[in-house]
Amino acid sequence: MTQQTLNRRSLIKSSVALAAATTVPTGWAIAQAAKPLKVGLMLPYSGTFAQLGENITAGVELLLAEKGGKLGGREVQFIKLDDESKPELGPQNAERLVKRDNVDVLIGTVHSGVQMGIHKVVKESGTLTLIPNAGNVAVTRELCARNVFRTSFTNWQPAYAMGLALAKKGIKKASWMTWDYAAGNESAEGFKQGLEAGGGQFVSLLTVKFPETNFQPLLAQIQGLGVEAIGAFFSGGGAVQFVKDYAAAGIKVPLCGSGFLTEGTLQGQGAAAEGIETALHYGDGLDTPKNNAFRAAFKAKTSRDADVFAVQGYDAAQLLAIGLEAVKGNLEDDKALYAAMETTKIDSPRGSITMSPQHNVVQDIYLRKVTNGQNKIISTIAQQLADPGTGCKM
Amino acid sequence: MFPMTLSGLLAQSLNSLQYGLLLFLISSGLTLIFGVLGVINLAHGSLYMIGAYTAFVVARFTGSLWIALPVAMLGGIVLGGLLERFLFRYFYKREHLDQVLLTFALILLFEEGRSLLVGNDFYSVPIPNALDFSIPIVEGFSYAAYRVVVIGLCLALAAALFVWIERTKMGAIIRAAAERPDMVDALGIDPRRVHLTVFAVGTALALTAGALNAPLSSVYPNMGDNLLIISFVVVVIGGLGSVSGAFWSALLIGTIDTMGKAYAPKLSGLAIYVLMAVVLLWRPNGLFGQRA
Repeated sequence: MTQQTLNRRSLIKSSVALAAATTVPTGWAIAQAAKPLKVGLMLPYSGTFAQLGENITAGVELLLAEKGGKLGGREVQFIKLDDESKPELGPQNAERLVKRDNVDVLIGTVHSGVQMGIHKVVKESGTLTLIPNAGNVAVTRELCARNVFRTSFTNWQPAYAMGLALAKKGIKKASWMTWDYAAGNESAEGFKQGLEAGGGQFVSLLTVKFPETNFQPLLAQIQGLGVEAIGAFFSGGGAVQFVKDYAAAGIKVPLCGSGFLTEGTLQGQGAAAEGIETALHYGDGLDTPKNNAFRAAFKAKTSRDADVFAVQGYDAAQLLAIGLEAVKGNLEDDKALYAAMETTKIDSPRGSITMSPQHNVVQDIYLRKVTNGQNKIISTIAQQLADPGTGCKM
Repeated sequence: MFPMTLSGLLAQSLNSLQYGLLLFLISSGLTLIFGVLGVINLAHGSLYMIGAYTAFVVARFTGSLWIALPVAMLGGIVLGGLLERFLFRYFYKREHLDQVLLTFALILLFEEGRSLLVGNDFYSVPIPNALDFSIPIVEGFSYAAYRVVVIGLCLALAAALFVWIERTKMGAIIRAAAERPDMVDALGIDPRRVHLTVFAVGTALALTAGALNAPLSSVYPNMGDNLLIISFVVVVIGGLGSVSGAFWSALLIGTIDTMGKAYAPKLSGLAIYVLMAVVLLWRPNGLFGQRA
C-alpha cells in the first residue's frame, strides 16, 4: 500500500514539475509524450518464483537506466504488483493495474496460469503487454492478440530443439517425462515433433501428477522401454528431486531435457546433474560483447549473476523501447507502434531475436551440457526457431 | 500401457512396498484416532506436512537428518498432546460436522503458519552423507540406500506399534476403547488418558512419516493433501479403527497405485477409488475390519 501512495505522490510531483516546465504549451501530442509512462510490473515478488520476478525487474530497470531513464522521450513510472503466482488472483490483479492504476504498459508474468488471467484482461482493454517468462503456447497461438508480445519462449521451443538435437545425434528412440499439466504436455508435443523432424521415433510420454515427486514408478520403467534417451521437463524443486532420483536409480539411459531441468537448480542437484544435456535460448559461457556487457552491468547493479530470466526482462524492455521510440512515446499510434515491434531485430544478450507474426520471440536455441556446475553452451541446435503459432488470427 | 519385464516388476515391487509403508505410517494414526476418539481428522495430512518441514528446518540448521527424525517424533507427541488436551477434548461429544470444521480450520492454520514461517518454496532435503549411495537391484535400476533404510525403519515402527496395541495393557485398553467404549467406562478406566495417548501417538506417526519421507519427496506447500485422501481410502478398506487392517490395506493400496502408475498410467488415478467402492459395497466394514 505504501507503494501506491508513493506512486501517487510522485505522479502529482511530476505533474506539477511538468506544468511548471511547459510554460508554452505546443499542442496535445507533446503534452501526451511528456506525461510519464506508467509501466505496470505484475510479477511474483514472493513465493517460489520471487527470485525470477526480482531478476526480470532488474533486467527491465537495467535497460531503462541505459536509456537514461526515458522511453520514447517519456519518463517512466513503475507500478509494481506482486502476483504471488496465484492463478486465482490473476484476473483481479491485472484489472487493478489496467483499470485502477491506468497503466500504459503491462509487463508480466512468470506463472502460466496467472498469464491466462492477465491475457483475458488485456485482450479486452488493449493494453500493450510484454510477457517476460510464462511459456504457455496458447497466448501466441489460438488466443494471440495484437497488443501482446512475448520475449521469453514457448514451452514448445526448447523441447522441440532437444528432440531435434537427439535425432541429429543418431538417437532413434526416446521418451519424455514430465508433470501432467499444460506446460508439461506442451513441452512433450515439442519434443515429439523435434525428434520426428530429425527422423527419430517418439516412444512414449510418461507423466506424474503435478506437483507430486514420487518419480520411482516411472524411473523403474525406463529399462523396459527400449529407448536410447529420456527427455524431461521439470522445473525448480521438482527438477532437483527428479535429477537426484534419476541419478540414484543408476539408470544407464542418458537424461536430457528442456533447459529448465537444470536452470537455477544446479546447486541443489550437485553431482547428480553433471553431464546432462539440455536445450534453451540462453546458457553459461556465451562469449559475445553484448552478453558480457549485460552480465557485467547486471552484476554491478544487483551483485547477483544474470540468468535467463534477467535476459528475458531486459529484452521485454528493449522491445518496449523500440516501439516507443518509433512513435515518440505516443501510444495512441498503435499501428506504427506494433509495426515497429513486429519488424525489429533486437540485439539480445542471448543473440539476435525477432518477433514472429504471432508476437512470440524467434531465437536461436542452444545445446548446453552441465559441466562443473554450469550450463555450458556446446552448440546451436536450431537457428532462429519460431513456435508454430498454430491457430493465431490477429 | 507399458511393457512389463521381470526385473521391472521386481523394482516396482520394492517401490510398492516403500510407498505402502509410508501410507501405513500416516493411515495408522488416522485409523487409531478415528477408532478410539471418533474424530475424523482432516488435518492429518497437514501433520505429515509439518513433519516434513520440521525435517527440512532441523536438517538445515543442524546439518543432520538423524537429529531431525527424533525431533519430529517427539515434536509430534507434544503437538498431538496439546491439540488433544486443549482442542479436540471439547469436540468428542459434538456432531461430526463440527469436528470436520475444526480440523479443516486446522489445515488452514497449519498451512498459513508454514507459509509465514518457512515460505511457499519448494525445498529439497539432503539425504545423509553416509547413505548417499545406491544399491543395484536389477539390470539398469538401482535403489537409493536411504530408501532401503526408510523401509527398515517403517517396518520397525510397524512392529513396535503392533506389539504396543496387541501385547500391552495400554494396547488392550485402546482396542477395547475402539470397540466397546461403554465397557471401558464401566471398568472405571479414565478415558481421558487413553484419548491423550492415542492422539499423541497418532500425531507423532504422521510427523515421523513426513520427516522420513522429506528427502524422497522434497517439501512443498499442501504436500499432505493427496496423501490424506489416499490414507482415507486405506482406512476405509482396512476397516475403521483397525491398525493391522491399515497395515495390509496400505500395502495393497501402495501396490495398486505404484503398479497402476507404472503399467496403466491412464487408469491409475481411478483404480484405488474403484477398489474402495467395491469394498464398500461388498464388505462395508472393510476387508480387515474386526466388526464385520
